[in-house]
Amino acid sequence: MTSALILLPLGAALAIWLAPLDRLAVVGLALAAAVAEIALWIATVIRFDLDKSSIQFSQQASWFKDLHVSFHVGLYSYSLWLVGMTVIVMAAAIAYAVWAGRERPRAYFGLMLFLMAAVVAVFEAQDLLLFYVAWEAMLIPLYFLVGVWGGPGRAAATYKFVVYTIAGSLLMLAAIVVYGVQQGTFDMTLTKGSGSMWLFLGFAAAFAIKAPLFPFHGWLPQAYRESPPEVAAVLSGVVSKTAAYGFLRLGVIEFGGPSQDVRNVVLALAAAGLVYGSLVAFRQPDLRGILAYSSLAQMGLIVMGIYAIDLGGLNGAVLQMVNHGLISGVMFLLAGIVERRAGTGDVARLGGMARGRPILATTLLVGGMIALAVPGSTTFAGEFLILAGVFSSGWGWTAVGAVAIVLAAMYALRLISAVLHDRKGEAVTDSARDLRLPELAFVLPLLACLIALSVWPAAITSHSFGKGSERCRPLANVLKLTPGDCP
Amino acid sequence: MIQTPHVDWFALSPSLALLGVAAIALLAAVLVPAGRRKAFSATVTFVGFVGAFVAAALVYGLSPDAATVISGSLARDRWGALAQIILAGAGALAVLTSYGEKTKEHVAEYYALLAAAGAGMLFLAQASNLMTIFLALEWFSLCLYVLCAIDIERKSRLEAGMKYLITGSFGSAFLLFGSALIYGATGTLRLDLIGRAIAERGLSDDPLIVTGLAMMLVGLAFKASLAPFHQWTPDVYQGSPTPIAGFMSAATKAVAFVLMIRVLQTSFQEDAHLWTVLLAVLSVASLVIGNLAALVQKDVKRILAYSSVSHAGFMLMAVAANNAIGGRAVLYYLIPYAAMSIGAFAVVAARERELGRDVSVEDLAGYGWERPVLGVGMWIFMLGFAGFPLTGGFIGKFYAFTAAYRHGWIWLVIVGAVATAVSLYYYLGIVRQLFLRSPVGAAGRPLEAGGSPPRDALLQIAVLACIAVTVGSFFGVQPLIDLARNAAGSLPF
Repeated sequence: MTSALILLPLGAALAIWLAPLDRLAVVGLALAAAVAEIALWIATVIRFDLDKSSIQFSQQASWFKDLHVSFHVGLYSYSLWLVGMTVIVMAAAIAYAVWAGRERPRAYFGLMLFLMAAVVAVFEAQDLLLFYVAWEAMLIPLYFLVGVWGGPGRAAATYKFVVYTIAGSLLMLAAIVVYGVQQGTFDMTLTKGSGSMWLFLGFAAAFAIKAPLFPFHGWLPQAYRESPPEVAAVLSGVVSKTAAYGFLRLGVIEFGGPSQDVRNVVLALAAAGLVYGSLVAFRQPDLRGILAYSSLAQMGLIVMGIYAIDLGGLNGAVLQMVNHGLISGVMFLLAGIVERRAGTGDVARLGGMARGRPILATTLLVGGMIALAVPGSTTFAGEFLILAGVFSSGWGWTAVGAVAIVLAAMYALRLISAVLHDRKGEAVTDSARDLRLPELAFVLPLLACLIALSVWPAAITSHSFGKGSERCRPLANVLKLTPGDCP
Repeated sequence: MIQTPHVDWFALSPSLALLGVAAIALLAAVLVPAGRRKAFSATVTFVGFVGAFVAAALVYGLSPDAATVISGSLARDRWGALAQIILAGAGALAVLTSYGEKTKEHVAEYYALLAAAGAGMLFLAQASNLMTIFLALEWFSLCLYVLCAIDIERKSRLEAGMKYLITGSFGSAFLLFGSALIYGATGTLRLDLIGRAIAERGLSDDPLIVTGLAMMLVGLAFKASLAPFHQWTPDVYQGSPTPIAGFMSAATKAVAFVLMIRVLQTSFQEDAHLWTVLLAVLSVASLVIGNLAALVQKDVKRILAYSSVSHAGFMLMAVAANNAIGGRAVLYYLIPYAAMSIGAFAVVAARERELGRDVSVEDLAGYGWERPVLGVGMWIFMLGFAGFPLTGGFIGKFYAFTAAYRHGWIWLVIVGAVATAVSLYYYLGIVRQLFLRSPVGAAGRPLEAGGSPPRDALLQIAVLACIAVTVGSFFGVQPLIDLARNAAGSLPF
């Protein structure tokens, strides 16, 4: 089951690359693989025991024995949700690319499916080396997806993105070598955790850059602006979550001691990113810029939830990871649709698109409202849990977080009104049509997921770290829970 | 009457196969009509390398216990046999990539020299006596000196040949002088007896031994193009026929490291406190100089030359670690490294044949879309050089880092990680040209020799084989590491 989730898109990617298919066949195969992947994930959820906190569907194959490295994959409940978010958003992104008609389809869709396999592998890997392999493997398709199909400034954007990311991940590689050799195994289910601050920092560097955490976000605005919209959606929605997952799985769980020690530093950086990202997002001249900086802010919030080192905060962070993945998907894809219609993402030249385009107006409004965490939405639930969780670390953090949520309302509303309302923008012509069925086909499922989660956020928050006594076990030593908390 | 030692012909069979083939190819230069000379000599040489590969595999399989044969002048062990397997494979691929070379002159001699060079290298991989070491080293070096300068259509061929001859002779002279000093101090030529003599007589701090060891290492460093003894590398690679440059960067380096480990582990274990530090310093120098110099190169072959210097640094890291995992690491590293080197030079050769001149980085603009097999191949080789996952280059680096860390040198691991980061700049620079630039060059020049030139099927097969080894060695680590472990087991780590 678990390895099939990796092998299915990988196999489809290889088939697309190697078989001499025409455009129609490639597109059909890519969509079929993406949908089959979602079906496979649903089948996994049905068979998954969500009340357990231990690893499930674990599969292991030997790789090289002398260093105790293996192909070991498995799922925890929280990774299951992240995998689900990944496959759904990636499927939507692939559908968008089909609609947009990307050039060189064999290369493009092969790379997208390869990326899907790599991201799923990051969430499933239970061996440090396999984790690193999947982590680096994500970069290969992204390099080309941004560099070949991106906007005019793609070369510089790609370069910056790659340099930043690799600088971080090589530090992680050095840390992995040291940690694995010290532990005598690279199996993440067997490692005992470490108190070494240096090792922790090696890992944290990679995650802080990829997330990105303020002030390591230098690559972000360019990469999100120059990517094709669906790749920006994947970068901001899916790929950034691998870093948050890393903070959770390797940061907090493996390095409990150092995580406690640097907790306030990380919280400060996360809070700074949250406020700074929100403020800058408000001042951005274009749709992608607003979304890019809002993504920085949201990642700050998620990391805050993780580094609250509190069960509530962690639950909120997992929910918010899924939420933000879906919202990034919706918003970047809608931004792409608007850009294609108006020929620009410049907010000064947009406006008045609501008139005569009710479906576009409704979807953008719903997406924007969920993004600004309107009460009753799933994001509200996630943010509330994060803020409640971080309260135990000091009320000041919660205050900063609450302020930033107000700022989020500012930039989200500005985006909505700049596109939909105001006077009619000069770039908006009457020929710019409302959303059509093919576009709805990839926007609506994402919105549907968000609305479903708004109705029942506990689907994730109560099923991420197990139930009852199970609930505490993996985190008990880190979270310093009292026996009463673990019935 | 002088007693002749018993000769183990089977142990010699890999080198002898190639030597015989070299003779046949040389005869072809006179006896076979000019029209068929190239096909004949290339086929014979290819068969010779395949035969040597098989023979070496048999020697590997039938020599579970290390032994010295022919009065201790050669080692019949798995260490040498595995190295021979790698070398013979590299040679066979070099023949495939050479076949499309346009030069008409001296084709039979070219293949004869290639086979003879291969024979010398295979001999050196087994050599376990100061005399046979020097003999084999000169044997293959002489062949390579000529091969570097054989293509009369290349402008810089004489420069390449002369530079390699002069610096190579310096290296050989150092090695010979060092050998003489060691012989003087210990009174024996055999590596195992040298080790015993040093241990029994407490010679580890003897000035003759220390100087001799240092000079031998310098000689080998020339051959392995370790900084600061690497200066010949870029010029020679640039001026040589491109397939020969690929063969040299793969095979010469391989044999130099295999020999270096054999000598150090068999004879100089007592001096480990000296040479581990010296080699670590050389490793850092190679990583720094190789990577920094590669950054500013425009010619693809020069980039690959400096990249080979930096890879020598990575492998030396594992040698310097002086542990069994390091020995394993080097043998494993050599497998994907040889494939990537030969493959990368093959792609350059293909482009060179289309353009009819040296290939600069910009000449590769859009090449990946134009020629997908070669472009994807080059992309994979670059990722492999850069140590990206899904290629054996990643596992090789990982093993080298692990070996260095086991020795307690975490700083060396960090230097290696930083060097890898720097190297990405030029490796990705090539990938950027291949796929991210349009075929119209930066200066607005259209892609020259576009369309579909006569396809060089043999070269493409070689590139595909190199891809298979590069990627296959990532997934099939365990069998390769088992081979390397058994091989390293025949040396006294």
